[in-house]
Amino acid sequence: MTRKLRYAAIAIALALLATLPMWMGNSYYINIASQFLLFAVFALALNVLVGYAGLVSLGHAGLFAIAGYSGALMLQAGYGHLVADSAALAITLVASAVFAALALRSTGIGFLMITLALGQIVWGVAYRWASLTNGDNGVNVSTRPAPFGLSLTSAPSFYFATLIVFLLAIASMAVFVRSPFGASLRGTRDQARRMNALGYNVWLIRFLAIVFSGFWTGVSGLLFIYYNQFISPQVSALTSSAEVLLMVISGGTATLFGPVAGAAIVVIMKNVVSAYIERWNLVLGVIFVVIITFMPEGLVPGSVRLVRWAWGKLQAKPGAAAAQPSKLPSEERVP
Amino acid sequence: MTALSITNLCKRFGGLRVTANVSLAVAPGERRLIIGPNGAGKTTLFNLITGEIAPDSGSIRLFEQDITRLPVHRRPHLGMARTYQIITLFASDTIVRNVTLALLGLSRLRWSLLRDLDQQHELAERARAALTRVGLADIADRPLSQTSYGERRRVEIAMALAQDPKVLLLDEPFAGLSIDERRDVRQLLNAIPREVSVVMIEHNMDVALDWAERITLLHFG
Repeated sequence: MTRKLRYAAIAIALALLATLPMWMGNSYYINIASQFLLFAVFALALNVLVGYAGLVSLGHAGLFAIAGYSGALMLQAGYGHLVADSAALAITLVASAVFAALALRSTGIGFLMITLALGQIVWGVAYRWASLTNGDNGVNVSTRPAPFGLSLTSAPSFYFATLIVFLLAIASMAVFVRSPFGASLRGTRDQARRMNALGYNVWLIRFLAIVFSGFWTGVSGLLFIYYNQFISPQVSALTSSAEVLLMVISGGTATLFGPVAGAAIVVIMKNVVSAYIERWNLVLGVIFVVIITFMPEGLVPGSVRLVRWAWGKLQAKPGAAAAQPSKLPSEERVP
Repeated sequence: MTALSITNLCKRFGGLRVTANVSLAVAPGERRLIIGPNGAGKTTLFNLITGEIAPDSGSIRLFEQDITRLPVHRRPHLGMARTYQIITLFASDTIVRNVTLALLGLSRLRWSLLRDLDQQHELAERARAALTRVGLADIADRPLSQTSYGERRRVEIAMALAQDPKVLLLDEPFAGLSIDERRDVRQLLNAIPREVSVVMIEHNMDVALDWAERITLLHFG
């Protein structure tokens, strides 16, 4: 039954997303939906590390900014979109590999601190190397690409392009999670020593996971510069890394839809609630505290647990004769 | 021809000589027992053999091939498998998934990003066959969190055996088991193919002594 519920929920979400510009109307809100989708891609990328590899990175905004700046600067230098975007992705992949080679000297807190330092280096370059990055003034991106001759200048058209990229990202995550490589990566998270003794090259598995995560981080970084048509050092700051980490943790690490839900919460808070409540950061903080208190495993797995529990209660009620042994609320995380 | 030969192996932890000039040779198919008091360096010796700790000096050979400096993860591919004294399994997975991971470790499939692991029936068949050998086939689909300590111990051994090792290192396979569970593990050890060399650390003398063919005593390294 829960499987049917899951498919139904996915189908409804898909239908809502696919028709969003029709019922949303106001292009301001359509833009916020685009922003939500691009940050969902970013959060999905980070979840590969935080959720499946057990490596918490605080420098992912650095990779995001490297993709954004590379793309923006190449566009400004007069290169076409295809060249600029491909080069930006290639640069981000190389940067991810360098990040990985340095940060994988360690795991746990050590990994976190090295990624934090690397992220701060990117921020420093973006902020201080003004002759390259234009410092605090940022870089403008004057045009959006027009794939297959379709202009992406209007809010709905850009939304649909972002939606397609988002769906590709989530599909790639779904395949990755079920693949032998995904199982190997989760194994290195749970029992790294054992995995080594079973013949797995733990270091290389983690390295490839960081590069995979870096790829989608780069894609989201490019979506970001096309969305905003501007990039500034703020993007690479520690607060940006922390924000994405909060998306992943509040939504539910190591789940497919958790990071998406987390991205929705943060983006809506930032853009919609902030219009009504000046201290929206406080509201966001309270929401996180509530999530961590009542659903320490995250919003998505926590809600699934509640629904299962409620479903069990409903099933158990009608007549003791037909009473099946209803399942107790499952405490375990979705693997 | 020796299956595993260790020559003049030394390891210091600071000022403490944990392994001092240890040499031993294990023939193919031999059953070797390593005994010694607590702190004699038995598990350290295993960690040196599997490469988790690098020795200060001396050499380790597996079928005449020098593996002293070989990375840990390369050694299983040459036919070395081990179990741990403290059970280290994948607690959120089923028993059969645990054994599948052991098989996947030696398969090129482990790098695959596009296949579905649940659709790798050949791998799953082999995992079930390995579980049949250790008498756990009927509970293969049970999550590991719902198994007893004795069953987990057998899963540990099943994972090592599934890799078809030539040299198997067992670190206290009877530790903490009840009499019944010990009998199960005992039967399991007897069923290990004759051509496999087995090196076992064990304190439980009554089961260990009539199993072993040769005994090495380790005392102060």
